[in-house]
Amino acid sequence: MAIATPPTPAAEARVERLEVMWQSRPGVLGWLMTTDHKRIGLLYFWTTLVLFGAGGIEAMLMRTQLIKPNNDLVSPETYDQLFTLHGLTMIFFFIIPMTTGAFGNYLIPLMIGARDMAFPRMNALSYWIFLASAIFLYTSLALGMAPNAGWFDYVPLANKTFTPGHNIDFYALAVIFNSIASTLTAGQFIVTILKSRAPGMSFNRMPLFCFAFLAASFGLLFALPPLSADNIFLFLDRNVGTHFFDPSHGGAALLWQHLFWIFGHPEVYILIVPAFGIATSIIPAFTQRKLVAFPLVAIAELLVVFIGFGVWAHHMFATGMSTTALIFFAGATSMVVIPSTIQVFAWCMSFVLGVARFKTPLLFIAGFIFMFVTGGLTGIMFVAIPFDQQVTDTYFIIAHFHYIIFGAAVFPIFGGMYYWFPKVTGKLYFERPGQISFWLIFAGTNLLFFPMHLVGLLGMPRRVYTYPGNLGWTTYNVIETIGGYLTLVGILVLFGNLVWSYLRAPAAGPDPWHGPTLEWVTSSPPPEYDFAVIPKVSSAYPNWDVEDREEDRRKLASGVLLLDQGHEQVEVTPVDGWLSRTVEMPHESPWPVLLALCLSLVFVMLLLQHFAIAGLMGILSLLTLLGWHSKEPQEA
Amino acid sequence: MALVPLSLLAAGCGKKQNALAPASHQSQDIATLFWWMTGVAAVGLGVVVALLLLAWIRSGRRGAGGDTQGAKPGERVGWYVVLTGGVLVPILLISALFVIGDVFVIRTTEAPAAGSTKRTILVIGHQWWWEVRYPGTSAVTANEIHIPARTPVRLEVRTADVIHSFWVPELNRKIDTLPGSTNEIELYADAVGRYRGDCAEFCGLQHAHMGIWVYADPPAKFAKWLARQSRPAAPPTGAQASAGRAAFLSGACANCHQIRGTSASSGVGPDLTHVADRETLGALTIPNTPSYLHDWIRNSQRFKPGNQMPSFNGLPEREIRDLVAYLEERK
Repeated sequence: MAIATPPTPAAEARVERLEVMWQSRPGVLGWLMTTDHKRIGLLYFWTTLVLFGAGGIEAMLMRTQLIKPNNDLVSPETYDQLFTLHGLTMIFFFIIPMTTGAFGNYLIPLMIGARDMAFPRMNALSYWIFLASAIFLYTSLALGMAPNAGWFDYVPLANKTFTPGHNIDFYALAVIFNSIASTLTAGQFIVTILKSRAPGMSFNRMPLFCFAFLAASFGLLFALPPLSADNIFLFLDRNVGTHFFDPSHGGAALLWQHLFWIFGHPEVYILIVPAFGIATSIIPAFTQRKLVAFPLVAIAELLVVFIGFGVWAHHMFATGMSTTALIFFAGATSMVVIPSTIQVFAWCMSFVLGVARFKTPLLFIAGFIFMFVTGGLTGIMFVAIPFDQQVTDTYFIIAHFHYIIFGAAVFPIFGGMYYWFPKVTGKLYFERPGQISFWLIFAGTNLLFFPMHLVGLLGMPRRVYTYPGNLGWTTYNVIETIGGYLTLVGILVLFGNLVWSYLRAPAAGPDPWHGPTLEWVTSSPPPEYDFAVIPKVSSAYPNWDVEDREEDRRKLASGVLLLDQGHEQVEVTPVDGWLSRTVEMPHESPWPVLLALCLSLVFVMLLLQHFAIAGLMGILSLLTLLGWHSKEPQEA
Repeated sequence: MALVPLSLLAAGCGKKQNALAPASHQSQDIATLFWWMTGVAAVGLGVVVALLLLAWIRSGRRGAGGDTQGAKPGERVGWYVVLTGGVLVPILLISALFVIGDVFVIRTTEAPAAGSTKRTILVIGHQWWWEVRYPGTSAVTANEIHIPARTPVRLEVRTADVIHSFWVPELNRKIDTLPGSTNEIELYADAVGRYRGDCAEFCGLQHAHMGIWVYADPPAKFAKWLARQSRPAAPPTGAQASAGRAAFLSGACANCHQIRGTSASSGVGPDLTHVADRETLGALTIPNTPSYLHDWIRNSQRFKPGNQMPSFNGLPEREIRDLVAYLEERK
């Protein structure tokens, strides 16, 4: 609903009323207290972008160190901190918050025709906690005691005996702190997707993007508790003298690995399923055809996360578990292939059966399919236990999961940045530099990651800060480093292009791509209330339903489903999407940022081992919650 | 792009640390499996790339507008392809892979039961070196395993500290060393030769310098070697070596190292009873020559920063030379 042209003076007056009612406070205070999902999405976007830069610098330092044998650009200690931080940053502080925090926050309410997330203040809280956890983690780098035992942080190396400094305490606390933010986001998405859809959007009419985020959110909700438990055990073992992981006192070192990977493998799907969601948004828009086998793809998105919970021990095939256990997990691993291949062929057939316009977003999706299939095929190889045991912990595995994580998660993120750039900024982007950025990144990442397969087969273990020159690894490492720099150039062109487009490109209008979903109904950038009239939905591609959009305009003129009497949004039944009631939405609030601040103090005090003060800060946090709830708006 | 360098790699480099240059039936089975998987995978990737190229060629036909209303052209064909390529074919291929890999190949790489081989060797991972013991004899060495060629040997792997992973790719898959438990793996070499291995699990600062050699010797040569390794150290011969012995036993060396037949019996660092027999120092970090040994004692932190042996750069030069003379006789 392009509100730029309300059809009648009565409609104009109604739109003005909405404008006033949903207006944000100006200035910094407005951003600190905001509960607007779009503002929170943008805060997430900029924060994760900075962290992506940090993770990228870490990667480039490592690649530069490895450009020649016996190099001494960085010390072994620094190198260990670099690869640990790189993994932590890219997974916990870039991809998850970028897909869920930035893309999910900004787009889900727009795609389901809502005015905001179901719990806007909880949403704000998740951002402020995320920001605090990122600052917390990076403080360790400034102090020279960043986590240094790898992102999966195996004990006993991570015990106090072998890593006496605060490095691992930073790790344990930052991960727990960060997962509070992710849990809030996940719960928030589940409720929003189930309850805040526009009336008429039954489950079978929900965009695949929302299926993907629903799957990822359920994944996060069930995967994070084992991770937090693991880190609580680790913190207690290190600082209180418990023996969860100490076999000489009845503990088990493998317990850490099991709990970690019960989180860690679903985590992989949590990283890429939102990217699938982005792909399934871009493909219909740029092929101008409804996605092939829609119901199968929707089920596959959910299944891939579900089966992903049963495969964790394939990360532990070399630990000497019984053959029976190995075969069980190999079997489960082989099953997870099917939902992935279903999606790959559905995407490809949509390319073929539609009319593909290979603009930058679709190029990134085509590149994503190539990378995902390559990484997936090496992934299938790990079903063969002896082969897994041969190449695990070598550069072959690094190659495999970078094809998946960079290729299958980050490519769609880049594609999505181009695709929704006009929606968020109101400007088009420049096509030619966009395509150049794609080809640079595509060539760069393949040069960077493909030789890693070979050097891994040649015996190069992962996480070595240097290597001897006589094992035939040097050439491959040089090519990888060159590929790394090429990728870097591509990424700089990408962001340079977006900045330049923001400054100079022509206006985009509400719907430059003739996109299928509801975010293209409203103006670009969307108004604070998202939609003047809650849109009518009668298919999974509502923006292509011309008659429904006509009806929206009639409703605006006549004042139906405007919710212009208060700060309100609709609530529907979870499956059928029938209107059940309207709910009053909270306004801006100082409590989320205050609560996040109190919780930060809890974690800082835990780090400094002032447990009593940490407890006091915990009580302070609870008091903040009292303040929060005293302002709960009355339901209409 | 994929296959050319791979085949070069299998043919050319050899005798390094190459999983695709197998020297045992275990490693051979894994390599064969890899080539088959790679072949099938290349076809799979080819199909997907072909579909994307087809879309790209079709997109060249400009003017054909997409159908965003109602009907979905070719939907039935789409479903057939998705169900065939996405369900049926993968199920068949993966079932085959599962059976071949996890029923058949796994039998050759499985850990041998205790007593199923004539000989068992104990390997203990330390930060950052390997201790190697031959149960039934008093032989102890470090970072080098000697085995008889063409004879299955059972390895028991343990750790003295953190998790390491024992991996000699040309002979077999890898196995982790876990605190509080013992893992097993078989070592077998088709031919006499020397095979390189590495620690594959990140184990701290010097994980990068934790290599190991496996020597597959002719059985007679192996027996002789083992007999020699089992003997205690011979007394020093010259005055300089004797001075070195005195320095070793009274100084810091004996706090960490054992030399069987002397009062030095600590197990913190590698056993040095026959150190001069070994080819490298610092777990394959530098060659074991008198001048490197001298430099290692003086400044081991330069070669392997963070390793557990301090740099003894405060020792008088004469004393280091004495120590080198003594240790060079430890054959």
